[in-house]
Amino acid sequence: MAEKEKKESLLSRLGESQVWKSIIRSGVPRSRRQRMYAVLGNVFLHLHPARVPKHAVKIGYTWCMGGLSFFLFVVLTITGILLMFYYRPTVEYAYTDIIDLTEQVPLGIMRELHRWGAHAMVLTVWLHMLRVFMTGSYKPPREFNWGVGVLLMTITLFLSFTGYLLPWDQLAIWAVTVGTNMARAHPFIGHEGPGASLLAIGDINLVHMGSDVRFALLGGRFVGEATLLRFYVLHCIAVPFVAMIFMAVHFWRIRKDGGISGPL
Amino acid sequence: MNYIKNLIDFLSAPTISFTLLTVAFPFIFPPTDWFEKKNKQWGIYKLWTNKGAFWIFISVTFFFVIGYFDPYFNLTMTKPDNIPIILMIYSMIFVIWLGMKKAYNNDARLDRGEKPEEWNDPDDKVLVWPDLVYIELIALILFMVFLIVWSILIGAPLEEPANPAATPNPSKAPWYFLGLQEMLVYFDPWIAGIIFPIFIIVGMMAIPYMDINKKGDGYYSFKERRVGYFIFMYGWVVLWVFLIVIGTFFRGPNWNFFGPFEWWDPHKVEPLTNINLSEYVWVKLLNKGLPSSIFAREAVGFAAVIGYLFIMPLLLAKTKLKNLFEHYGPVRYSTLMLFGLTMFALPIKMYLRWLFNLKYIIAIPEWFFNI
Repeated sequence: MAEKEKKESLLSRLGESQVWKSIIRSGVPRSRRQRMYAVLGNVFLHLHPARVPKHAVKIGYTWCMGGLSFFLFVVLTITGILLMFYYRPTVEYAYTDIIDLTEQVPLGIMRELHRWGAHAMVLTVWLHMLRVFMTGSYKPPREFNWGVGVLLMTITLFLSFTGYLLPWDQLAIWAVTVGTNMARAHPFIGHEGPGASLLAIGDINLVHMGSDVRFALLGGRFVGEATLLRFYVLHCIAVPFVAMIFMAVHFWRIRKDGGISGPL
Repeated sequence: MNYIKNLIDFLSAPTISFTLLTVAFPFIFPPTDWFEKKNKQWGIYKLWTNKGAFWIFISVTFFFVIGYFDPYFNLTMTKPDNIPIILMIYSMIFVIWLGMKKAYNNDARLDRGEKPEEWNDPDDKVLVWPDLVYIELIALILFMVFLIVWSILIGAPLEEPANPAATPNPSKAPWYFLGLQEMLVYFDPWIAGIIFPIFIIVGMMAIPYMDINKKGDGYYSFKERRVGYFIFMYGWVVLWVFLIVIGTFFRGPNWNFFGPFEWWDPHKVEPLTNINLSEYVWVKLLNKGLPSSIFAREAVGFAAVIGYLFIMPLLLAKTKLKNLFEHYGPVRYSTLMLFGLTMFALPIKMYLRWLFNLKYIIAIPEWFFNI
């Protein structure tokens, strides 16, 4: 008993120390006031309001899917950074580097975590969207945030799609070939799309196989070395960058639009 | 057992399974009073009880269990890249069931004049620290455990090194795009691969502006939003998730249909008997050759498409949907009609293909303009 008191006082004393206070800003969150400060004074936790309605903490209402999607984004960023230490996006090395990831690298499940995490993120994002629809949470004033969410879902799919190519195996190049073949049929800017033949000066076609949107996406006429580099940059830098901007807006708007939805 | 397998093979053909789902759908998510009455009469609402969940779970699991022991379906099912789809089937069914169960529960409460289950006194809030953060912590630890176990048990898919000279048959897009690839059977790439995806994204973003029903905001409810539910669920479950399932499990070499327990015969021959609407009109009906002018040739097709997308909504606004038009106003009404009719163009084209072997409604291959 005496020991426990001693421990508590140690923790409280720690909470009152200069070092602790300089980092955490508030003491050990025991009182209601301190607990609110714990959220308000923390840059990560202050995504949340200090207090939420009771239904907001029920798994049955939110299914936790939005939070898990964000968590998966963090997991994928961390595992992705680790994978970048070993992976070289060239036709020569890509495939063998992937094999090395399982066979040579310690903790050889990083690629598994990244791959399955990516699939799981597609699912959690879809389930989050389904939940938001089923609870009618897109209704005013949250219309705009639903739109941001739809874009985030598209970005998630595109992130997953660009990552699909990187192992440079048969599954990868043919899935990406099938996917990017769509781009050649893009109206006006794909060389097999309606209207592309209208964009011509005299009888010189402006949109042809070497200048259309598919060429821009692939960096060539077929899925090759340039495509691998392009998809690598898109996957590791460009699309995550866009995703983070949209996520920032998404989270900020949740708060601005009155926090989690609920019946009035 | 073979009898059951043959039956499932027969039922899973897109013509049959898609029809069954489409017909059953308004009874499962009844958009009108009549369907609601039938739903009650036939006890379909019992799907959303614990007993219903049990039977759905048993039947889906039964399918996967006999699939696992079937030499052919085992190949498709245990392909590492198809595992997320099994996860998708279970999780989608579970969350729709859970949401609908809560919705029916809330509907009953509202009928009794009570507030929805989610309602709380606005002054009676809980603190985020610790009431929310500890739940988040538990959720992410559990999820991380799940992910690590998954990663240890099943290796990430890796096939032979890329070989641009060896096209696999079938070549499939990543699983989440297989719905779009399935649409390619019925539409050209410029529609299935470009126009539809754009319409899906923009149309989904437009949902809050098209659904101006103020009820059912912030709680599960079905009764108050049944038309919206029906349209969204049909688009999401049947036209997206179900097409992904077809594309994954039932499409083999040359994108031919194969039942789950059939062998993927690469030499299966499917007769290509599809003909264009212009050929129907000019050759079969009028017994003439196709006219040389493109516009004369495709006039009927243009009339059909313009009539469906633009004239029909106008007529409906004056007649059957007059109330909706007045309630919505011209801009909102046209947006709703444009996205709604485009969405239902997919099943319509599917049935035109199945019933009449119709290839294109407008066929102008000269301009890559085929609808």
